Amino acid sequence: MIARLLEGVPRRGLAMLAALLAFLLVFPAFASGYLVSLGFLILYFAYVGQAWNIMMGFAGQLSLGHSLYVGLGAYAAAALYVHFGLSPWIGLFASIALCALAGAAIGFLAFRFGVAGVYFAILTIAFAEFARIGFDHFAWVRGSSGLFLPVANYAENDLWNLRGSPRMFYYLMLGMAAGAFVLCHALLRSRVGYYWRAIRESPEAAQALGVNLFRYRMIAVVLSAAMTSLAGVVFAFYYNNLFPEQIFHVSRSIELILGPIIGGIGTLVGPLVGALLLTGLAEGLGELLLALGVDVPGVKQVFYGVCLLLVVMFLPDGVWPPLARALGLNRKG
Amino acid sequence: MPAEIYLNVAASGLLTGLVYGLMALGLSVIFGVVRVVNFAHGEMMTVAMYLTLVLFGALQLDPLVLLVPIAAVLFVFGYLLQRALINPFINRPEHSQFMLLVAVALILVNLQLLVFGPDAKGIRTPYSFDSFQLGPLVVDASKVYAAGAALVVAAALFAFFRYTLIGKAIRACADNYEGARVVGLDVKRLYALTFGLGAACVGAAGAMLMAVIDVTPAIGPAYTLLAFVIVITGGLGSMPGALLGGLLIGVTEALGGVLFTPSAKSMFAFGLLVLVLLFRPQGILGRKTA
Repeated sequence: MIARLLEGVPRRGLAMLAALLAFLLVFPAFASGYLVSLGFLILYFAYVGQAWNIMMGFAGQLSLGHSLYVGLGAYAAAALYVHFGLSPWIGLFASIALCALAGAAIGFLAFRFGVAGVYFAILTIAFAEFARIGFDHFAWVRGSSGLFLPVANYAENDLWNLRGSPRMFYYLMLGMAAGAFVLCHALLRSRVGYYWRAIRESPEAAQALGVNLFRYRMIAVVLSAAMTSLAGVVFAFYYNNLFPEQIFHVSRSIELILGPIIGGIGTLVGPLVGALLLTGLAEGLGELLLALGVDVPGVKQVFYGVCLLLVVMFLPDGVWPPLARALGLNRKG
Repeated sequence: MPAEIYLNVAASGLLTGLVYGLMALGLSVIFGVVRVVNFAHGEMMTVAMYLTLVLFGALQLDPLVLLVPIAAVLFVFGYLLQRALINPFINRPEHSQFMLLVAVALILVNLQLLVFGPDAKGIRTPYSFDSFQLGPLVVDASKVYAAGAALVVAAALFAFFRYTLIGKAIRACADNYEGARVVGLDVKRLYALTFGLGAACVGAAGAMLMAVIDVTPAIGPAYTLLAFVIVITGGLGSMPGALLGGLLIGVTEALGGVLFTPSAKSMFAFGLLVLVLLFRPQGILGRKTA
């Protein structure tokens, strides 16, 4: 199994990956609390970016409403914990089920009725917005006044109830990001992965060769939704508060897809590189402006927008493909 | 008595809907010709709203007068945006165009935040508190004027596309890109003109809306979404569809607001969108191939 996964991966790439993983593992030992939470954020965006990439990068379905799955996953696990004291490790099954179901429903409606392209993207936004306003009026999860998780002190880490320090969440997120990476790597080499890319490149040609478009698109949506829901669970227990206005907002959906697009759509390393660049850029800009004494809301986002514009204009395939060539890793992964 | 309330609310929704329709018309024209979805549409409208705010403060001119220079400014803005940024993206994949316009939207929203701050700002015209009475109907004067102006601008746009040579040339580009190039049309310039016209529509709509609602930078993204909902309901690329969609959404939101809670009103708009996408994806007046 492992031998098959490693087959054909360039040695150099493997060495770099191992070095990266080793660095990420020891990183919290010598980093400040601030850097660890930053690391958590990067890994979080790398993970959701990877999940989104399955749908867009692999199967070619543009979703602009992934905040729906983050939000549903977060709310399901958090509500079970708040109301019944259920551990998130049990609650996450509810999250996965709910999001897989939501993904399946949206996918079924869209693919059955032939909603594609821009229309599909806007349908996904519509469902997320629908959920946002619906949860604003959903009393069981406290509606627009927000759902709060009881915050314990960080004296000791309680992994079972996910109560603990940013360090614990960092390692949890690292495990998830690494797992998603390996899963996506395996998927790309499986039959499903080849079908997805065939559908992405040319749905007509894929169908002519006997690929069941509906089935494989559905698999991509459901898998992507289920993976995204886990990020929602971690989000809920890390931040301890949930507001429909924030978690389901379109800007959240856009935020989570920036990473893979900047990093390189359809590549394995792209979401990680994108998350690192964007989070680093945002934080770096914040620090820089703070040091310069410019403390006006909006300045940071304007710079952010300009950087984004430049990347989109001059690196249409994202940062990773040219970077991979520069590093001597010719393969797309 | 309750029936009259509903009637009044529906009439008010209808009037606001016309202004929405003009805003969405801009989006629809741009998509119909350039085939680019303008994800910065609502942000462009708030630019127009802030321009109205500043010019009104400086000149004390009526927003209905200001809408002419503001539409002109937005036209230039749209023209340059298309020429400088969007033209190189015409043949790039959708997600790439999407990212470009998201970046533009991000810059616009935050520049507004930087200059004007996050607080809501409004203007008060001499007729802000006037209303017309028509039998049992009582409607705000501002809304009536805004809706009237929206109809005039929309009619001018229809006439432009129908009767002028440039309008016909633009329609030719929309119908057949290759064909338009073969007969020697300067497609890039026509695309930029179209984007400018779409921006002018949203600029005019913004100037009029300023007489009706307050502006904050945050409403930009909300109006982008609203414009999508409207054009898809009416039919993306169909001009009458955009106006019809605007009316429908205006009334749906207004009635949803009184029948349930006002904060849930856009849920009805999105519900309508989902239904339309599923059962008539090309929109109510859209063509099958759109």
